[in-house]
Amino acid sequence: MDGISLQQQVLQAIEDRAPLRITAGGSKSFLEQKTEGIAIDVNAHRGIIEYDPRELVLTARSGTPLSDIENALAASGQMLAFEPPHFGSAATLGGTISTGLSGPRRPYSGSARDFVLGCKMLNGRGEIASFGGQVMKNVAGYDVSRLLAGSHGTLGILLEISLKVLPRPASSITVSRECSKGDAISIMSKFLSRPYPVDGACHDGERVHLRISGSEQAVKEARSKIPGDMLPDADVFWHGLREQTLPYFHRPGTLYRIAVKPSTRPMHINGQWLFDWGGAQRWLYSVEDTETIRHQVALSGGHVTAFRNGSNSTPLTPPLFALHQRLKASFDPLEIFNRGYIFKTL
Amino acid sequence: MNHQALISELKRMLPPESVLHDREDLRPFECDGLSVYRQLPMAVVLPGTVEEVQKIVRLCREHEVPVVARGAGTGLSGGALPLANGLLLSLAKFKRIINIDVENAMATVEPGVRNLAISEAAARFGLYYAPDPSSQIACTIGGNVAENSGGVHCLKYGLTVHNILMLKVVTMEGELLTIGSQTLDAPGYDLLALMTGSEGLLGIIVEVTVKLLPKPERAQVVLAAFDDVARAGEAVGAIIAAGIIPAGLEMMDRLAIQAAEDFAHAGYPRDAEAILLCELDGTHAEVSEYIMKVRKILTDNGATEVRTAKDETERQLFWKGRKSAFPAVGRISPDYYCMDGTIPRSQLPRVLHQISSWSAEYGLAVANVFHAGDGNLHPLILFDGNKQGELERTEEFGSRILDLCVEVGGTITGEHGVGVEKIDQMCTQFKGPELNQFHAIKAAFDPSGLLNPGKAVPTLHRCAEFGAMHVHHGNLPHADLERF
Repeated sequence: MDGISLQQQVLQAIEDRAPLRITAGGSKSFLEQKTEGIAIDVNAHRGIIEYDPRELVLTARSGTPLSDIENALAASGQMLAFEPPHFGSAATLGGTISTGLSGPRRPYSGSARDFVLGCKMLNGRGEIASFGGQVMKNVAGYDVSRLLAGSHGTLGILLEISLKVLPRPASSITVSRECSKGDAISIMSKFLSRPYPVDGACHDGERVHLRISGSEQAVKEARSKIPGDMLPDADVFWHGLREQTLPYFHRPGTLYRIAVKPSTRPMHINGQWLFDWGGAQRWLYSVEDTETIRHQVALSGGHVTAFRNGSNSTPLTPPLFALHQRLKASFDPLEIFNRGYIFKTL
Repeated sequence: MNHQALISELKRMLPPESVLHDREDLRPFECDGLSVYRQLPMAVVLPGTVEEVQKIVRLCREHEVPVVARGAGTGLSGGALPLANGLLLSLAKFKRIINIDVENAMATVEPGVRNLAISEAAARFGLYYAPDPSSQIACTIGGNVAENSGGVHCLKYGLTVHNILMLKVVTMEGELLTIGSQTLDAPGYDLLALMTGSEGLLGIIVEVTVKLLPKPERAQVVLAAFDDVARAGEAVGAIIAAGIIPAGLEMMDRLAIQAAEDFAHAGYPRDAEAILLCELDGTHAEVSEYIMKVRKILTDNGATEVRTAKDETERQLFWKGRKSAFPAVGRISPDYYCMDGTIPRSQLPRVLHQISSWSAEYGLAVANVFHAGDGNLHPLILFDGNKQGELERTEEFGSRILDLCVEVGGTITGEHGVGVEKIDQMCTQFKGPELNQFHAIKAAFDPSGLLNPGKAVPTLHRCAEFGAMHVHHGNLPHADLERF
C-alpha cells in the first residue's frame, strides 16, 4: 500500500468525521490505551528507501519490519544504537518510533527520538508533510520529527522515517557479579561518570551485569579494570532483557515502569524489582495500590507507568495538559487519529 | 498603552537598573552576531528572577507588546534582533550554576551561564558538557537551547537536543512550565525536542538541566593532505565505513588552508587541495588502536601525507588553524559571506564542483570549510562590499548554494539557525503544509504571537528577501571569538 492510498483513507475519514485507529504489526498493542475508530493499517507501506552505510543514515517506510531494517544494517556492520525492543516478530519501524521505546543501551547511546533525523507524515488535514531530513545537523524549522517519536500516533501517521545509524562495536563482553540492589546502584552510577566503554548496566535482583563494548583494545583494557565474572551467552541475556523474555518477566500482574534519576536509592515498595538503564529505568511487579507507588516515585522525582496489565500513566500538570491538547489540535484538529488516547491531567 | 507608560510600569515592577530605555543604553543590544541587521528595541529589560520574567511577559501580553529574548547575542542568524515596537528581554543576570549532580552526571544551570563555564565547573569531577559551538567562551546555554547549537563534535556527541534533560520555560501567558525531566524521559509529548531550536518563538528558557559526560582519557588528531577534494571526501566515508566514529572530522579546501596557514602557522601543507583533521577520543588503548586504523585508511585512500600530532601542543596547533579559518579568510578579503548548509556527505564532490563553477561565473572566490563528519558545509564567499552590486551578487550566489543543498537532500541551515537571515530560504525547503504546521505549533505555545514574531518561520504570503552574514573588512562582530 502506498502513501497515497493511506492519504485517501484519511481524507475519507475527515469527510466522514470518523476516527481512525492506526495499526501496523500489533506487537506493542498491549501499550495502547483504548482508542476509537476504524483501523487504518500501515503494515503494507513498507520497504527501505535509502541506506548508505557511509552516510550513517537509513530511510524506510513506516510499515517496514524492524527485523528487515536490523538485518540490512547488520550486513554492513551497523545497528540501531537505541536497541529498540521488538516485543514480537511483527514489529515495524513506525510502531517503534511511535512508541519511542529504547533498549538497554539507551543511557549510553541515546533514545529512539535521539536517532530520528526526519520523517514524512500524514496529518489530520489529510496532508503529506516532511520534517527534518536525511542529515545529522539540521536546524531549519521546529523539530517535528522528534516530537512525533513517542507520540503514539496521536498527531498523525508516520509514512517514512530517516534514522541515524551507528557501527556495531567490534567487541562486546558482559561482566557480572552478585550484589545487593543498593550496591548495584552505586556501581552503575559510577560508570555513568567515568570514561569506561560501558553500554549496558542492569541489576536482575541478584546480580549486576555490566556490558562493555568498543574496540578490541578498549574492551580488553576495561575488562582488566572491572571486577566480576564473564557472563556466558551475554547476547541472550541482553536480548531477553530488551524483549522482556527473561524469567523475571514471566510473572502475572501489573508490570510498572519507573523512571528515576539513576542514583536514586532502592525504594521501599513491596514487589519484585529489576533495574535497567544503569538504574534509570526500573521494573516492578507489585500488588501495591498504583497511587501509593506513584506517590513514592514522585517523592524521588520520578514517574511511573503501568507498562503491562494496567492502564495509566503519570498525569500532566494542568498547564502542560492544556498545551498537549492545543498541540494535538494543531496537527489533528478533528481528532481523527487514535481518538481517546489521552495524556491525562492531574 | 504607549511606550512611555509601559516603561514607567516596568520601572515600577523592576529594580531601576533593570530597565534600559535611553538610546545609548540600548545601542549594545541593537544586533546579535549577524550585525548587518540592526534595530533598537523600545526598551531592554534585565530581569533577575523567574517571577520578574513572568511579570514582564504578563504586562507585555496584556498590552500586546512583542518580546525578544536574548542570551549573549552571539547568534549568527539574527534570532535575537530586536523589534522597534518590542521589548528586548536579556537573560544576562541568570548566571548561576544551580547544581552539579556528579552521581547522575547532570548539571542544572540558569540560561545566562556560558557554555564553556559549565564544562569548567564540571571539570573537577572529570565531567564536561559535550556540545561546543565555536563561540563557547561567550555564548550562553539558554541561547544554545534556543538555536540547538552544534559544534565540531556533533557526529559522535550530538547536538544540544541530545544533551539536555529538562527545561523550565516561561510562556507568553506568564506560566512557568517544566519540560522534560531529570530522568531519561517524561510523560506526554517530547516537548523538549520541540523547544530546542525553536529560536525564542515558543517560550523563554529560565533554567536548563544538561547531561554531562565523562571526559575521555585521551584525544588525538591525525592530519591528512590530499591532492583532490573528492578523494578527501572518499576517505571520510571510508573511515566511517570501517566502523570508526571520530570525535571530530573536519575538511578544508585549498583557499581555506592557505588563509589559515598564513594566519595561524599551524604547519598545514600549503600546496594540498584539501586537508582532513580527524580527532579520535576514548580510552588510551582505544585511541591508539583507532589511530593506526585511520592512518592506514587515509593512506589507502590516496592521502599524500598523513601526520599524527606529536604532542598536545601540536594537536592544539592543528585545531588552531581550523578554528581560525574564518578570521583568516577575513584577512584576505574585504568582506566575506558565510553559508551554513548541510548536505549528505556523498554529495560533497557534486556540491563543491558546482560551487567552484559558480565561483568562476560570478567572479567571486570561495573558501570551503566543512564539518565533514556530519555534512555541515560552510562556504565563505569572498567579496568587496564597496564594489557596486557585489553584495547583491554574493547574496544571489549564496542563495543558489543553499537551494543546491536542499536539492541534494540537505538543509539550508545546519547550526546557525534561520532567524531573520534565512527566512526566505525556508520557502525553498518547506512547502505549505509544513509551514502551516510550524505556525500552528507556534500558536499552540504562544496564541498571542508576541514571542519573537517574524523570525524563523516565514508566512506563506511573504517569503521576503533578506540578506546574509555580511562581514565588512574582517570586522566580525565578537571578533575575539573563534568561528568554525
